[in-house]
Amino acid sequence: MIALHTSELRAWSCIVAVAALAIAGECFIAAAMRSVGDLDDIRAQSGMGGAIRAVLTSPLFLIGATCMALNFFAMLFTLSAVNLSLAAPASASLTYVGNAVAAKFFLHENVDRRRWLAVLCVCGGVYLLHK
Amino acid sequence: MKHTLTPQRYLILLAVTLTAPFGDALLTRGMRDIGAVDLHHLGLLWHALFNPYIDLGIVLLIGFFASYMTALSWADLSFVMPATAFGYCVVALLGRFWLHEQLSVYRWAGILLIVCAVGFVANGPALTEHPELNRMDSGAAR
Repeated sequence: MIALHTSELRAWSCIVAVAALAIAGECFIAAAMRSVGDLDDIRAQSGMGGAIRAVLTSPLFLIGATCMALNFFAMLFTLSAVNLSLAAPASASLTYVGNAVAAKFFLHENVDRRRWLAVLCVCGGVYLLHK
Repeated sequence: MKHTLTPQRYLILLAVTLTAPFGDALLTRGMRDIGAVDLHHLGLLWHALFNPYIDLGIVLLIGFFASYMTALSWADLSFVMPATAFGYCVVALLGRFWLHEQLSVYRWAGILLIVCAVGFVANGPALTEHPELNRMDSGAAR
């Protein structure tokens, strides 16, 4: 019984760590892409090389990419211990909830009532995934 | 606000949707070959990089990353994230039919609820308008 709880705690700790790294990475990358501008326009003006250079020279992108790289190895570690059908949707759902909060307060996006309601639905979905 | 997306931008969102679940499924298949990794054997993660399933998974996830960043350059984070929700269904189907994992009715219901929530959100505008930035842009144009 205790071993079962320990393994469950370990699984959910892994999932939460994956989600936290993804939220940080995606927020930094979203902020970077907002500061860079529309990549379609940049590619039309400066070509693919110009678009890649614009992205890679953004410090916010480099921080975000580092978080995403850590997220990748955390996901590898998690997938060795947890079923894909639980780990992937659960970490992605937690990431979605965290992103909605971060988008509202850090990226100043218009996260309206409809989007908050959707966050509650996602929480319900995560609960059902765990059940 | 940008309410509509061009067909090319829908294709980019489709790429975001499909590459992530297929990449995750390939990583899982590869990690089954590698075995369980714990804190005392983290070197196994290095060996994992030489597994073909892991390599193909990495290629797909790089494709995901590129298309995801492109989408973020013309849409809100809170729009792009839910727009990719169909990936949850793809993951469930891959887990059930390729990796032979068991999915309970509760898990199916959870995935369905998440997809409904995501479709609800994705119905809104793609990009938040920032009036102060627009005023600055129009002032600069004059």
